[in-house]
Amino acid sequence: MSFITKPKITHPGLPKNDIGLTRRDYEGGMSTLCAGCGHDSVTAAVIEAVWGLSIRPEQLAKLSGIGCSSKTTAYFDSGGHGFNGVHGRMPSIATGAAAANRDLYYVGISGDGDTLSIGFGQFAHAIRRNVNMLYLIENNGVYGLTKGQFSASADIGSKAKRGEENKQPPVDPVMTALMLGATFVARSFSGDKEQLVPLIKAGLRHNGFALIDVLSPCVTFNDHEGSTKSYEFVRDHYDEVVHADFVPPATEITAQYAEGHALPVTLHDGSRILLRKLDPSYDPTDRTRAIGYLREKLQQGEHVTGLIYVDQSSSDFHAVNNTTATPLNQMAYEKLTPGRKGMEKIMGRYR
Amino acid sequence: MHTTANAQDRVNDFVLKLANVNGTGSASANTLLMKSMFRMGIPVMGKNYFPSNIQGLPTWYEIRVTREAYVARSGRIDIMVAMNAETYQRDVREVDPGGYLIYDSSWPRPTLLKRDDITILGVPLARMCNETFKGVRARILLKNIMYSGVLAALLEIDLDVMRALLAESYSSKKSLLDSNTQALEIGYNYAREHFPCPLPTRVARMDKTANHILIDGNTAAALGCLYAGATVGAWYPITPSTSVMDAFKSFCQKWRVDPETGKNNYLIVQAEDELAAIGAVIGASWNGARAFTPTSGPGISLMNEFIGLAYYAEIPAVLFDIQRVGPSTGMPTRTQQGDIMLAAYASHGDTRHVLLFPANPEECFHQAIDAFDLAERLQTPVFVLSDLDIGMNDWMCPVLDWDESYKPDRGKVLTKAQIENLPTKFHRYLDLDEDAIPYRTLPGVHPKGAYFTRGSGHNQYGGYTEDAAEYQIVLDRLRRKFERAKSLVPKALIDASGNQAAIVSVGSSDGAVREALDILKSRGVTLDYMRIRAFPFGPDVEKFLASHSLLFIVEQNRDAQLRSLLTLETPIEKHKLRSILHYSGLPISSSCIVDGVLAELGNEKRLVNSG
Repeated sequence: MSFITKPKITHPGLPKNDIGLTRRDYEGGMSTLCAGCGHDSVTAAVIEAVWGLSIRPEQLAKLSGIGCSSKTTAYFDSGGHGFNGVHGRMPSIATGAAAANRDLYYVGISGDGDTLSIGFGQFAHAIRRNVNMLYLIENNGVYGLTKGQFSASADIGSKAKRGEENKQPPVDPVMTALMLGATFVARSFSGDKEQLVPLIKAGLRHNGFALIDVLSPCVTFNDHEGSTKSYEFVRDHYDEVVHADFVPPATEITAQYAEGHALPVTLHDGSRILLRKLDPSYDPTDRTRAIGYLREKLQQGEHVTGLIYVDQSSSDFHAVNNTTATPLNQMAYEKLTPGRKGMEKIMGRYR
Repeated sequence: MHTTANAQDRVNDFVLKLANVNGTGSASANTLLMKSMFRMGIPVMGKNYFPSNIQGLPTWYEIRVTREAYVARSGRIDIMVAMNAETYQRDVREVDPGGYLIYDSSWPRPTLLKRDDITILGVPLARMCNETFKGVRARILLKNIMYSGVLAALLEIDLDVMRALLAESYSSKKSLLDSNTQALEIGYNYAREHFPCPLPTRVARMDKTANHILIDGNTAAALGCLYAGATVGAWYPITPSTSVMDAFKSFCQKWRVDPETGKNNYLIVQAEDELAAIGAVIGASWNGARAFTPTSGPGISLMNEFIGLAYYAEIPAVLFDIQRVGPSTGMPTRTQQGDIMLAAYASHGDTRHVLLFPANPEECFHQAIDAFDLAERLQTPVFVLSDLDIGMNDWMCPVLDWDESYKPDRGKVLTKAQIENLPTKFHRYLDLDEDAIPYRTLPGVHPKGAYFTRGSGHNQYGGYTEDAAEYQIVLDRLRRKFERAKSLVPKALIDASGNQAAIVSVGSSDGAVREALDILKSRGVTLDYMRIRAFPFGPDVEKFLASHSLLFIVEQNRDAQLRSLLTLETPIEKHKLRSILHYSGLPISSSCIVDGVLAELGNEKRLVNSG
């Protein structure tokens, strides 16, 4: 349970990252989720990615709304501030936090209910603002804490645990994000750490809003036959279109790729993502074609995964607002007040 | 020209009302008239009654010329400029006997002129505009300036002052300056030729506006945000609060752009709705920036859930509620003090909030700064409850002076070194100083300072809890913290001379109360007065209530919300309280209060000391 402190055991042989920290330094409280929950794998992937990027623990701010997924911000990086806000409103808290301090890494963790129902508006507008954050949806098609209602991402024909069939069309966060102009759109699976970890790294380093929709099965309420968000169904209908390898700055790319199958994308800070196209005809920098490809695969009942779209050229939240480089929460008061002389000048207008 | 025998000499003491159609440019003429009299040293008060509409509906502007410098509506109309055919009949009716009506006589309106107790002055404004100016839009706009010229002659407003004001407005547009000046002079000359100028109701130079400004409360509140060092503003447009952010933006464009880099030392988020606006404020405040949102009643309704989060998780937030007429959408362009109860207890569960009640633009400025200091000191949302009357009307205020020694009170925020030297783990909600206010840390400063902010049950160490005792420790401290606020909020303003009966009011009702007190005194009724400036109510408020046997609670809403709050939050006996309520949507007038007090005293004379 989250109020039980996890005993910290450090083994001298544990590998250290560039700033001398082990993976244990990025852990959080004990998970209170069900055994086998996909979300715990996502937590592990986040820890791996943040450790791998050598981000100082306090440099990561963790934000979430309400729901099983939103609890997970307590289960990693106890050295960073966490904020478990109100249901569906994490994006606005993230917007304000990012406005106040542009120097931190913001990771928002949400669920399909939190993002696609109660928080759909906030999700959409955080994308429009291109807030510099990694937005992870732990998507299982079901409300867990209230015991098994369909969420807005449940597919038509998908069956609930007691056999009820969902008849409403789903909201697809990936398609929605593409339509709204998101600049980094990915989908992954909690059971595929090899794919997920580099995506999280790239998303954290992306300059702007990075969405990763992670299919993360609910073992208690949505892992049965007839569900389209079960471990088995996802594994069987899993189509990775572009695999992303994250390459830190000043690291040589050594792997060999067949011509036309690899596409390096340089991120804002000089690091790169090397995109390995598993379908050579696919172009992850072409928004319109990405949407068409997704529609096509959807008709075949396939979950397209990988880094589906990326655009490094767009302006993020702070560029659009022309904000100063110093974080606003660190500006000296003297720089913010026009002082007495300024007041005299201002008063002239109202005499 | 009709004349009446009972026209009184009302030099520097009259009300001029201008009836127009909105979207025809009358606002600039209103400002020109008011400011020219203000620059002649005469106290003036402007009230704008406008529709929730862009173009084509009736709009009125009332200028009270008041040598006594009263700030409320007097309830009478001495001169009406009736430019709107649609409201003409009603406008004619409104003029007090002995008053004047000015109308556009380009088209005859014989059937409508049915009063012989007022003086009716026809000016062929449209005809003269059409003869002089080209273009439909110019003709419509300049008609307003032309009647301003007519009024200048009739009221003896200094034409040079008006010309100077036009020159300031159109300093970079020579052709506009020329046409405006011409229109002004045509009107002026017409009146001089056709009417006996000046009228007995007129202005005469005074020296009572030196060191004063004309400013609206929303601009003053925005200026307060600028001087408080606010860097993040988040909002969703809503009348009548919009001009707070408009003004903040324009101040920031002038004063918050780094001269070297051209970068902004501020960030304004126009959110998708009020929920997101308050969310962004909470996120920014959590992260250590001074952040605020301006809104009105419907916005506060939407923000309720987040307000409870900020209260319980103890995150500073500054909200400006520029109150308008409710319930529901109500009348968005009319004024009321209808959000007192809503704001005091906003959100579900046990919540109570700090409220500040400015009475004029000067206080909007100062209380904006107080609000940020209190929000960070107390780590809680603070509401500034202004209203449309204060926020959107131009008020005469003393020139704002700035005390350079001001330092923002950022409250109990641990520095990096303090966190590093903590003997134990950081505990977010522990009452270390026994003042009911815990310490907080900011993200990004030090890993040892990290904690988990949550709206779910938490113990004093910041951990999740469902344990009854642990939960109650935090909730009880929050109650003590609210008690503590009593000594930190602005004190009530009290005028007492030992009378048993008194008036209690709040916010923009103050101007009308002060004038009513003078009128009552001239009729032999002397009352004490207390204007409450904040909630929670401090010991000064309780003492005043206890020491009077009859209290008139004056406020602008139907349900006596201030009175309710007083009965809930102080030991006052209900039977001592009498409500004087005004909720028409127009600002309260002094006559409403005088009538209310006198009617009540008919029954309760024994309680009043005759002054």
